[in-house]
Amino acid sequence: MSDQRATLADWAKPNPVTDNRSGLIGKAVDRYDGPAKVTGTAAYAFEVETPSPALYGILVTSRIAKGRITAVDTASAEAAPGVRLVWTHLNIPETFADPEGKVGFAKTHFPLFRDDRVRFFAEPVGLVVADTFENAVAAAQLVGFTYEVEGPATSMDTALDQGEIPTGDPDLEMGDFEAAFAASPVRVDGIWRTPVINHCQMEPHATVAWWEGDVCVTHTSTQVLKRSQVYVSSTLGIPQDKVRVFARYIGGGFGGKVMNHWDLILAPLAARALSQPVKITFTRHQMFHATVHRPGVTQEVRLGANPDGRLTAISMMTWSHCDSAGVFTEPASRFARNLYAAPVRRMGLRRVRLDLPPPGPLRSPGEAPGMMSLECAMDELAEQLGMDPVELRIRNEPESDPETGKPFSTRQLVRCMREGAQRFGWDRRAPVPGQVRDGRWLVGMGMAAAVRGSAILPAKAGMGVDADGVVTLSQAMTDIGTGSYTILQQIAAETMGVPLEQVSVNIGLSDLPPAPGSGGQFGAVTAGSAALAAGMSLRKALAQLAAEDPDSPLHGGPAEAATFQDGMIAIGNRSERLSALVSRAAPDGVYREAASGPAADQGAWDRRSYGAQFAEVGVDTVTGEVRVRRMLGVYAAGRILNAKTARSQLTGGMIWGVGAALTEGNYPDPRYGSFVSQDLASYLAPTHADIGELEAIMLDEEDPKANPLGAKGVGELGIAGSPAAIVNAVHNACGLRVRDYPVTPDKVLAHWKSNPLPLAARGRGVR
Amino acid sequence: MKPFTYERAVDAAQAVRAVASTPGARFIAGGTNLLDLMKLYIEQPTHLVDVSRLPLAGIAATSEGGLRIGAMATNSQVAAHPQVRAHYPVLTGAIVAGGSGQLRNKATTGGNLLQRTRCAYFYDTTKPCNKRIPGSGCSALEGLNRNSAILGASPACIATHPSDMAVALVALDATVEVLLASGAQRSLPVADLHRLPGDTPHVETDIAPGELITAVVLPPPPKGAQAYRKARDRASFAGGLASVAVAGGQVALGAVAHKPWRASAAEAALRAGASPREAMDAELAAAEGHERNAFKIDLVGRMGVAILSQNAEDRA
Ligand SMILES: Cc1cc2nc3c(=O)[nH]c(=O)nc-3n(C[C@H](O)[C@H](O)[C@H](O)COP(=O)(O)OP(=O)(O)OC[C@H]3O[C@@H](n4cnc5c(N)ncnc54)[C@H](O)[C@@H]3O)c2cc1C
Ligand code: SF4
Repeated sequence: MSDQRATLADWAKPNPVTDNRSGLIGKAVDRYDGPAKVTGTAAYAFEVETPSPALYGILVTSRIAKGRITAVDTASAEAAPGVRLVWTHLNIPETFADPEGKVGFAKTHFPLFRDDRVRFFAEPVGLVVADTFENAVAAAQLVGFTYEVEGPATSMDTALDQGEIPTGDPDLEMGDFEAAFAASPVRVDGIWRTPVINHCQMEPHATVAWWEGDVCVTHTSTQVLKRSQVYVSSTLGIPQDKVRVFARYIGGGFGGKVMNHWDLILAPLAARALSQPVKITFTRHQMFHATVHRPGVTQEVRLGANPDGRLTAISMMTWSHCDSAGVFTEPASRFARNLYAAPVRRMGLRRVRLDLPPPGPLRSPGEAPGMMSLECAMDELAEQLGMDPVELRIRNEPESDPETGKPFSTRQLVRCMREGAQRFGWDRRAPVPGQVRDGRWLVGMGMAAAVRGSAILPAKAGMGVDADGVVTLSQAMTDIGTGSYTILQQIAAETMGVPLEQVSVNIGLSDLPPAPGSGGQFGAVTAGSAALAAGMSLRKALAQLAAEDPDSPLHGGPAEAATFQDGMIAIGNRSERLSALVSRAAPDGVYREAASGPAADQGAWDRRSYGAQFAEVGVDTVTGEVRVRRMLGVYAAGRILNAKTARSQLTGGMIWGVGAALTEGNYPDPRYGSFVSQDLASYLAPTHADIGELEAIMLDEEDPKANPLGAKGVGELGIAGSPAAIVNAVHNACGLRVRDYPVTPDKVLAHWKSNPLPLAARGRGVR
Repeated sequence: MKPFTYERAVDAAQAVRAVASTPGARFIAGGTNLLDLMKLYIEQPTHLVDVSRLPLAGIAATSEGGLRIGAMATNSQVAAHPQVRAHYPVLTGAIVAGGSGQLRNKATTGGNLLQRTRCAYFYDTTKPCNKRIPGSGCSALEGLNRNSAILGASPACIATHPSDMAVALVALDATVEVLLASGAQRSLPVADLHRLPGDTPHVETDIAPGELITAVVLPPPPKGAQAYRKARDRASFAGGLASVAVAGGQVALGAVAHKPWRASAAEAALRAGASPREAMDAELAAAEGHERNAFKIDLVGRMGVAILSQNAEDRA
């Protein structure tokens, strides 16, 4: 099975998940890990109990963005109470760069403290380990670095012409864009800018490590166990099977924990040097610079259309910043290759090297910032055409992928928009801005499309059943708060025909069958497909066991006809309890592993999840404050595995959209190369009070060409398009088009200075 | 943070003596501001005298018809107090516009008055800041100064005072009562408590180190409507871009200066029969913006006009 790739025909056959006999798939099952989390018994990396008392490490970070370390003074730190070790580039044990660059985007991180160069502000340049956290923090303050400072480059807009085309991401050129655009009777042409966005996971990056002989044991906060294992083994120069990475519970990832950071290497290194467990956590302040962030993106969108609304030419070029040695590029224009029909198309990505901290993926990389320009440009085009924005999008709905011509596996974007418009009361939207007033608020509605790719990656899983009939699913998968535990429990229970309570989910450890982890909204479908495969393999083994066991009532029956339900295995009308079979015929239990991955012929189809975002906002006529009153997202994302966790993912994404549209952003100070917000008091993620009514509707859909489950990703879809819906609503409320995100009161007031509010909208009614 | 010693004070007299006799000692009340600053090494006390359990949390009517609020009363207690809600709604409005529920449960009346600026460069110890290190320079002046002051600033410092509560207290003509190390007491108007930055932005108030705020005293409520309005980048848990407190004919502005700003020029203009717009223009005649915060002049003007017009309408 593992070498023979499945085909779409295999996936089209019924399986226990698609049959869903017990109805567990899709059910709003409570979280498997919920009780442990709310009772505080779920130990996150830093809280894991160590076999012997742990030491505490604190990173020392650079005070400059660019330059050279000319002198290091560690004497007073070394003499401080409780200090066990102080490392800088002068005395850190040797570490190695990963030769194949397998470890991802953050190449600048390897090897650690490699030389006397400082490449970005707050780059870790030293480590202090002490007997207590407090002593480590106090001593870290005493490490003295002297720098030769160089001026950092921090402005992307003055360096756009130096943008590099990322390897493997050539521009798309279909037709002569300039000519087609010039000949288009209706045009939109603008530059949008989205700022740096920080992940702000609740749990900071943290690792605890110790050694058991030559085996390195780590508990860390990561989205990807296997890659973490590779990272540790290649950086420390030890075999992979000597590295164990645990991540049982993770307090948020959002892409920022797809890469590993200094904690994961320094903790094992220090633990080895000191023969004692070592815990290292980033402080909240360090999180803003020394991890990764979504880069700022400058986006040029140009749309040409006929008066009937049909796009004739579409161009989207995006620039994002990257550190001096990194490879990450925000794929902000990639989705535009696919979304709307237009005969002439040009899309490209550029990477601009700046002396800012390394960027990386953040929830829905590409679509999240990219749809903030294109979907606003579409709104501007609709306004110019005097056409409803929903209608404009329907008019440009492609028959097949406009770039490759591939058919869509499923694409219900139009249905999402129609259904959303109807549920939201879109027909009550006043087509002319500034018409609707509610007390001191001007009220408007906006909408946008949502799209996000849905991949399945190769993965393995193990499924076992013991003498008590307890089914255990084993996989090196992570649950970063999304619900992986729960959907794996549901898939295991449904596949093996046992109640949920009879399933144990063993994930979060690199020893287990490999899965790519959580990211790119591939996690649930990838891990779940492997779980289904493992379950099928286990069913086969159990059926054979029963058929061959003279003491089984199923003895001699046709094994391939076995069914599994209510904790029983049955052939025809003969049945027995799973626990009875296993305890008698295989008292040590039965366990099988299996693999799954993309189907051999899957590439012929374009597979994505879609949605439509609707928002209603109020704009305060006195202060220019914008508040979201209502949001609705209607989504078509394949089979929904768990109505509750899927809804949380979607509404969570929409809330991120509120932040992206209205409050979030970080800004480099050009003099210092540092971001101005360095804590959660000044980096403004939305609060409860920023969220009005919020609803996510999931349309019935199955996509058997996506994976054997028929499911697609939901984790990132909600943030795609939702900021644009809000900003389009701001325009509908008050006539303002903001192209520099986020929409803050100063921008609204500046607009009113040059465009005084219509008299009807002025009024008084404040408070 | 830097190691320090700690003691819990049992009475106010002992608390002031303890701070006076220990160099580098500080009071700690709710700790919501001081601890954050200690973690960042912006504040480095060597000894903390915990005053949070002193019996100074009472809220009681005064014989003059006002209200005396103990310095240890939490922000939540004050905001929810029936007398405050009934007679000083501007104070309740201001307090609940600040921080979050958790912070207000810990934050005390005294500590709130003495909280320090939220200027981003004050918080970033890798940057020059005259308030943190006198003479090092002001990074905000030419920097990302969107939240900086538009009134009463100096080239040495353009930071604002972040308290919402204090803006309402200034509009209400409140006074603070202070216990000196000698055991003597004094009182001063809240309006005179905070200083403008001048050349010494690190000297923020007229309370000397070691002096303990014991209470805030409100005079009888002024005649006329009261209201507090705060504009901010997100709907909750965010410092103000600007705020306006009105209590009868008394007006104060917040997040625009190094201190809660009593709008005396606007008040005088109103008394002389000016319109709300004329009154706010008079107040803001001397306002000065920097590269990114000039919008605050427009913003606080609009807010003042709106709130004063509403009050005028209510009276009519
Ligand atoms: C994330 C965040 C957001 C916030 N947002 C807002 C906001 O929007 N609006 C707002 O108004 N505030 C806001 N605050 C500030 C909050 O209101 C203050 O931190 C709080 O009021 C301080 O009170 P405390 O008792 O905790 O003071 P502490 O932190 O204990 O002390 C602060 C200072 O006052 C001194 N001190 C305390 N009590 C006395 C006393 N009785 N006599 C003399 N000196 C004393 C201490 O020595 C210290 O220097 C915010 C705070 C945080 C952390
Ligand atoms: S404005 Fe004041 S607090 Fe801010 S950097 Fe300048 S001196 Fe420091």
